[in-house]
Amino acid sequence: MSTEPGRTGATAAQTDPPVDPDVDLRSPGQVRELARRPWAVIGAIAAGGAIGATARHAADVLLPHAPGQLPLSTLLVNVSGALLIGVLMVVVEARPGSRLLRPFLGTGVLGGYTTFSTHVVDVQHLLEAGRPGWALLYLGGTLFGALAAVAAGVAAAEAVLRKGKR
Amino acid sequence: MTWLMVALGAAVGAPLRYLADRFVQARHDSVFPWGTHAANATACLLLGFTAALALPPAVAAFAGTGLLGALSTYSTFGYETYRLVRTGARFLAFANAAASIAAGLGAALIGAAVARSITG
Repeated sequence: MSTEPGRTGATAAQTDPPVDPDVDLRSPGQVRELARRPWAVIGAIAAGGAIGATARHAADVLLPHAPGQLPLSTLLVNVSGALLIGVLMVVVEARPGSRLLRPFLGTGVLGGYTTFSTHVVDVQHLLEAGRPGWALLYLGGTLFGALAAVAAGVAAAEAVLRKGKR
Repeated sequence: MTWLMVALGAAVGAPLRYLADRFVQARHDSVFPWGTHAANATACLLLGFTAALALPPAVAAFAGTGLLGALSTYSTFGYETYRLVRTGARFLAFANAAASIAAGLGAALIGAAVARSITG
């Protein structure tokens, strides 16, 4: 679908960038990666996940929130993780040879750093605490913040790559 | 102790998401990211359940913050939704966001209700 100049894709997988950063089975390389090096891939994701979740826990410790209050740490974690995955996916597409880059940093570190379940349970707790306005603000703020952050990360990484090619 | 439990839980949760994603994505042929959707909804159901129980801090750190936090992902969800917008599939992007949040919230409420019915 994407035919922007500057992409070095020769295969269908590269001219149609992945939709799913965890694993996109329309990419032949990703279909084979688990069978080819199962322990390297699973190990990279596990190690990355541990690092990412530890960083998320650090944010919770630094910015604690009482029940019924806006969970600022989770909001910042999810939006910053979205910014970083935007950058990462541009780098991954530009470096198809780095096979553990996406499993380690994307599926592992950023997948472990960001969390959808904690976000949703935060919304549930705000609703149960009688704060529907805060729940909606937190929900929308995270969603639109994350979408804008992905777009900003992709745009910044593409700009840097274009500059590097000139 | 808490930090170690978070890291150990996530070392289980993140590979589980990858394997669940592969399992689900291999069983349909559309651009809709059902794999992430399934992992996120499952994590919401189980976190709704565990958050409603009075678990010891170490168990909550392992299961809640670590395992179920890493089983779900906002970065991949955000990127997938962004990709759908950028490739012109705006309806799918909206459907993905709305369905993920609605399913996640519904699942969390069910999980919490089950936990409360058990503990009384």
